[in-house]
Amino acid sequence: MFAYLVKRVLQAIAVMLAISLIGFAIQGNLGDPLRELVGQSVSEETRQQLREQLGLNDPFLVQYTRFLGNALQGDLGTSYFFKEPALDVILKKLPATLELVFGATLLIVGLSVPLGVFTAIRPNAILSRIIMAVSIVGISIPVFLTAILMIYLFSVELGWAPSFGRGETVHVIGYWDTNFLTADGWAHIVMPSIALSSIMLPMFIRLIRAEMLEVLQSEYVRFAKAKGIAPWRIYFVHALKNTLLPVITVGGVQIGTMVAYTILTETVFSWPGMGAMFLEAVNRVDTPLIVAYLIVVGFIFVVTNTIVDLIYGLANPTVKLARMGA
Amino acid sequence: MTLLSVRDLTVKFKTRESSVTALDGISFDIARGERVGVVGESGAGKSITGFALMNLLSRPGYIDGGQILFEGQDVTKMTPKQVRAMRGNRMAMIFQDPMVTLNPVLTIGQQMIETLRAHRKLSKEEARQIALVKLKEVYIPSPEARLDQYPHELSGGMRQRIVIAIALLLDPQLIIADEPTTALDVTIQADIMDLLLEMCRSNMVGLMLITHDLGVVSQVTERTMVMYAGRIIESGRTRSIINDPQHPYTQGLINALPQQTPPGSRLKQIPGTMPTLSAMPQGCPFHPRCALATDECRAVMPPLTQYGEVQVACHEVQRLHRELAKMEAAQ
Repeated sequence: MFAYLVKRVLQAIAVMLAISLIGFAIQGNLGDPLRELVGQSVSEETRQQLREQLGLNDPFLVQYTRFLGNALQGDLGTSYFFKEPALDVILKKLPATLELVFGATLLIVGLSVPLGVFTAIRPNAILSRIIMAVSIVGISIPVFLTAILMIYLFSVELGWAPSFGRGETVHVIGYWDTNFLTADGWAHIVMPSIALSSIMLPMFIRLIRAEMLEVLQSEYVRFAKAKGIAPWRIYFVHALKNTLLPVITVGGVQIGTMVAYTILTETVFSWPGMGAMFLEAVNRVDTPLIVAYLIVVGFIFVVTNTIVDLIYGLANPTVKLARMGA
Repeated sequence: MTLLSVRDLTVKFKTRESSVTALDGISFDIARGERVGVVGESGAGKSITGFALMNLLSRPGYIDGGQILFEGQDVTKMTPKQVRAMRGNRMAMIFQDPMVTLNPVLTIGQQMIETLRAHRKLSKEEARQIALVKLKEVYIPSPEARLDQYPHELSGGMRQRIVIAIALLLDPQLIIADEPTTALDVTIQADIMDLLLEMCRSNMVGLMLITHDLGVVSQVTERTMVMYAGRIIESGRTRSIINDPQHPYTQGLINALPQQTPPGSRLKQIPGTMPTLSAMPQGCPFHPRCALATDECRAVMPPLTQYGEVQVACHEVQRLHRELAKMEAAQ
């Protein structure tokens, strides 16, 4: 278990290095930082001086090493627009985004398993056909369109749910304000969560259905039937456990992907998270913030994947680390 | 006393347009504690017969007609609940490949205990004790530790022993073993077969042994049925079938055994292959491969007819017996 953990952490570090290198390399190509810093009225001489002072004339590797050193100390540069450390700007926005992703994940986990299992064990039922038809529509429509349609229908026409912002939140700790403790907060997070899950949820229903159908054809399921085991136990103990193993792996990657999807959802719903912030940063050519965002999202990706791999090891008895860890 | 009585069992497979017949009205009996072998080529309908008895045919296969009377009850007319109460309890099955029979994510103990608790009101601890006893009976070393292991931690032979232990858990009246040693290493095939024989003898359990290994059949079973293209074509005491086969197909099977040819010479195969279900020839299904085939064989399906202690479905055998009877009458 320990050796595995060390190996995974080393892998994660390698991935983070690659991400930081790419992020840093982009930085030099997104316009002249001096222009963002001092405007146009400063003379060329002063500019050169400033460049020298800021180390912008140093060779690439020297600059990159300095960047890495600072990043390790939690300094990802200073946002041009906010005049604050980029990491702080992101950390302030992070809780809103994570709550949104959490809401969508709840929806996905809570709905995909029962619906996927149902469509697999009753493939010819009318309800199954409806679920499959709706799911293909969900996959096909882009998130921003789903979001806009939902706002039109539920906010403008029906007036059921608010169309923008987080509403009333409760302060928890640090930068974290939560939506989940007030009715108004819940009302505000429902639609963005549904919109965010609109592609992943149908995908997971289909994935679980396909895996389950395959597992139900297996010899061990037939043997369980030959033992006289009740159908519910065959479905939910024998088959589901085997079905979920590959789903866990895909799921880990998709949670990371969902963080990226928040850019669209947050923009449409004016959700004050880091996705919307990123789009604004791009518009303002706020280079340090863009790079910091890339690195933070990469970090979230790497961490979730590592955790998911560990969970997979615990869920699958054929992976040795589970027994060693137990 | 008859334990199982199958009458005119017909199994069909649905195809896109119509259906093909996989089992064509077969009838046979198994007495209590009797061991019966079912032999034939792949695709002859042996496994389908086994699965049909358990009402476990997977789609698109279905029972189209006939009766399966097991302990006086017709399996084909049972409710799903009755079928479930029978499976694993009164009638158990051993599958071909132990590597894929056991669920990879459940421990051996879980898979044994759930079987017991599906049929009897037992606490987990009571069930565990019974499972332990059964594991000891099938000679599993350190059974206590095995209960908490997962299938992948055990060898193929060990897993098949566990499958046998699971089949024996509820003291069934009949065990259907579908090629229980085919997937195993040659060195442990004999061990597993000996174990199966011992278990059936000591517990007075009926056995339907599906195999294409005539050697195994002669060691384990008392009676043998030879199947070809979804029909029983010969059936009788195992010894007489092995020593004095009547049907040309059975003769071919026995002549094809390596022991029947001197070392170094060519094996005597039966020429040709079995017809597919969708392209069954008229008359006797074996006639395209039979050296003795006549016009009658090509036109009319020979019925399974009793001659003394054996049943054979062959026009040629029928003709021989008729002539024999004539000669006897003339004397």
